[in-house]
Amino acid sequence: MENQIKYSQTNEDSKLNITKVGPKTSLLFFRIISFFLVFLIWELAGRSDISIAFPPFSKVFLAFIEMILSGEFVEAYADSLPPLLIGLLITVVGGVIIGVSVGLVRSAEWFIMPLLIIFQTAPVSALIPMLTYIYGISDTSKIVAIVILGMPLVALNSYKGIQSTNPSLLEMSASFLASRTNTIIFVILPSAQKMIFAGLRLGISGAFIGIVLAELLITPTGIGDLITYNRFIARYDKMFATIVSILAIAGLTLSLMRVFEDWLFPKEKN
Amino acid sequence: MKKRSRSTEVILSTDSINVVYQESLIALQNVSLDIPAAKLTAILGPSGCGKTTLLKVIAGLIKPTSGSVKVRGKEIEGPGPDRALVFQDFALLPWATVLQNVGFGLRARGVPKKERDETSLHYIKEVGLLGFEDKYPHQLSGGMRQRTGLARALTINSDILLMDEPFSAVDEQMRRKLQEDLLNLLKVENKTVIFVTHSIEEAVYLADQVIILSGRPGSVAEIVYPKIDRTGEIDLIRRQPGYIDLVDEIWSSLKKYVE
Repeated sequence: MENQIKYSQTNEDSKLNITKVGPKTSLLFFRIISFFLVFLIWELAGRSDISIAFPPFSKVFLAFIEMILSGEFVEAYADSLPPLLIGLLITVVGGVIIGVSVGLVRSAEWFIMPLLIIFQTAPVSALIPMLTYIYGISDTSKIVAIVILGMPLVALNSYKGIQSTNPSLLEMSASFLASRTNTIIFVILPSAQKMIFAGLRLGISGAFIGIVLAELLITPTGIGDLITYNRFIARYDKMFATIVSILAIAGLTLSLMRVFEDWLFPKEKN
Repeated sequence: MKKRSRSTEVILSTDSINVVYQESLIALQNVSLDIPAAKLTAILGPSGCGKTTLLKVIAGLIKPTSGSVKVRGKEIEGPGPDRALVFQDFALLPWATVLQNVGFGLRARGVPKKERDETSLHYIKEVGLLGFEDKYPHQLSGGMRQRTGLARALTINSDILLMDEPFSAVDEQMRRKLQEDLLNLLKVENKTVIFVTHSIEEAVYLADQVIILSGRPGSVAEIVYPKIDRTGEIDLIRRQPGYIDLVDEIWSSLKKYVE
């Protein structure tokens, strides 16, 4: 079409320069400061006579290095990581698949939702000792503990994300003749993305609670055993170092999930 | 009331449409309409009269309880390639750029990316958004968002454009601008437009045929054919004799439905 229509730029059209306040570097700076402050307070609190069971940060840090070098961590994590990874995989993949399918297929809702809600609200950790009766002292018990603590959170949030798709966008998709598959790929999943990933972060935290609880309560192996044993022999610095190590791994996993999310759904550029 | 016999072809018609919600709430009652091809038809009525419901029935998004919609004599089964919709709330994907949003209809039809982007850019240019194709909806003003919605509707090249209160979410000045642009656009694109509005002024300004719906349950109260000459300067439309009179006439017949 040759005869183009001329539009005068309205003044609201021309001033649209959005600038983000606060560069990324200052955020990193504040994070480091925040860590530093926590360690400082920890050190001071540890040095005061609160309790013999609460060592200062410096002692814990040294114990941490010692445990890495002595191979205690390697040995413990060799026991804990395989069930943790399998449990996380089931939590993440299974949770998203269940949540998304229940969100998409309304007829599946009545069947699976009550179960998920019970698992989410009930004090599930109370069930963990019972797992011993079913699965014995085994990796299976750990995996089941991880899954029942993590998966309901992932599934419920994925489900809510799917359900909260803007109805107007669904109408739009239908009116432009998008197939069900295209609507799911181009409209429903991207709009559920934030909720799904929020659920994944909660679920991953739940999974870590699961593995630690399982190892503390039922199967005295791996990381849980390391905590229990060092408390028993009053090596509180080592006990805290172990706790710090599992926190660090949980934090790392959550960061990896964030990277994965950014890779899958690149942030909007300005 | 100035009425004139219509000589143009009827492209879309509705036959005694009834829409009943939950067995008791009647949204539309016995609505039969003829929509002339290549003309602008406005659906006007008090709020809650079922204007938007009627448009969604025509779009194929709502199935009427009884009655039918025919496009060129053929009954519709649902949304179709002959009708494109422009939404009151724009219905843009917030995570997609203007280019991706405009290309949505083509993508849903499986048009390859290169061709899709070419067509999308053509219409982005036509609605005056060139240079904004990589922006996201949240970076755009209300007027620009609706231009994006309009461009998206144009890409699929359907003969009928359905607009649901397209300019109600923008401010008065932007509304006037968009109205003028729509008239300019229709000089280039040969479209049949059906738009829902609550503004009498807008209906008279834009439409060749104004369908006035009564209050709930919505039924056709009156059909008015504004004799407004839109061939000349757009700025002169509101100065034409009869323009204000017609607005007043419609208001006096609409008034009784407004609570």
